[in-house]
Amino acid sequence: MMWRVGTVIALHEETATARTITLEVSDWPGHVAGQHVDVRLMASDGYSAVRSYSVASAPNSERRIELTVERLPDGEVSPYLTQQIAVSDRLELRGPIGGWFVWHAQQTEPIQLVAGGSGIVPLMAMIRSGALAGSTAPFRLLYSVRKPEAVLYREELQALSDQDHSLGLTYAYTRIAPEDWPRPAGRIDAALIANTTWPSKLGPTCYVCGPTSFVESTAGLLTAIGNNPDKIRTERFGPTGERQ
Amino acid sequence: MGIVSLGFSGLRSAADVKLPPGQYLTTDFPVLSAGPTPHVPLDRWEFVIDDGTNVLRRWDWKSFRDLPTETFTVDLHCVTRWSKLGTSWEGVSLDTMLADVKTDASHAMARSYGDYTTNLPLSDLMNKQAWIAFRFDNKDLAPEHGGPARLLVPHLYLWKSAKWVRGITLMHQDKPGFWESLGYHIYGDPWREQRYSGDE
Repeated sequence: MMWRVGTVIALHEETATARTITLEVSDWPGHVAGQHVDVRLMASDGYSAVRSYSVASAPNSERRIELTVERLPDGEVSPYLTQQIAVSDRLELRGPIGGWFVWHAQQTEPIQLVAGGSGIVPLMAMIRSGALAGSTAPFRLLYSVRKPEAVLYREELQALSDQDHSLGLTYAYTRIAPEDWPRPAGRIDAALIANTTWPSKLGPTCYVCGPTSFVESTAGLLTAIGNNPDKIRTERFGPTGERQ
Repeated sequence: MGIVSLGFSGLRSAADVKLPPGQYLTTDFPVLSAGPTPHVPLDRWEFVIDDGTNVLRRWDWKSFRDLPTETFTVDLHCVTRWSKLGTSWEGVSLDTMLADVKTDASHAMARSYGDYTTNLPLSDLMNKQAWIAFRFDNKDLAPEHGGPARLLVPHLYLWKSAKWVRGITLMHQDKPGFWESLGYHIYGDPWREQRYSGDE
């Protein structure tokens, strides 16, 4: 697979630790929501490091993609991408990659998305793809996040949720919940899965993305309420993987 | 060739270890799989070698565990770019399991609980290169890492080492498995960086 060159055309700080990088890639062949790219950084002496990042933007006719990168304290590539890179810098990347953890605009069944932290990124591409395509597939998102300030894409998610009710939106705060929040801070549990995700009898396709332990536990809870394991697609990243 | 990112120096491993191209060292054991983790009770576990039509060999957990085992230490290379060196395992060599199987098959499809599949040349499963492993680091293999038993073919990218393996089907021609049908390389040699279909 060939390496392509992307030029940074915009940077947007999403939270204190996450940044969205908009790249123009002149030979971008198009992607499907959920796919990722490999990004390669090279030092002046030729040392290079590659990490995978999910595409956050919906497939579109422009040669542009957005990557949202969460800075990891001990990361090798993410600190550079979130702190040093500047508009008009060029980056090497290859992709799009991945044909399993994807949502196609032709899909019409109910969609259940479950995000843990920056696992929201490929799921956001699916939500945006659905909105852009005028999809009739009903989406629900259960978004587990440490605290309110760590939520990515909050305003856009709220607008899509308010707009036409095609997106059902539930937050689960794991460390700090807002003061008036009905549910105390804590991890996603069986009751929350049962009360906020699509009933399994509707046959939703479920996409779960987050850290390994989050995906293990959430996929188990979705299976326990009757979802067919064949309909649960997962994408995991560990602290060393920098996969988002 | 390549674009230099000014100000980027990276985190280089101090140890002078040789890794396959594009890999970095981890001491973690990250997990990658496509769906929920199957939990397979040992009293229902079985391992079958077939040729697509007929069952050639079958073991339940007890008869499998009665086979002679080996302990071995190998390096793991995942296509998501981490490498973990010197991992210690216990398992049964595929040489042992294939010993009485007469076949002129060229390839094999490993099959897993949860319906995962991955294809390999049969010769890559033989000659002390592949095991059905059930202990990692002196402990029973955890479900998220493929327990009760997984295939281990450490000279290929780790997706070839099917977790929750339940058997192999011998084939007379190569056929893509799960990831191989979704854009990943048909063979997957980390030293030749065969990550994606189209990589040489």
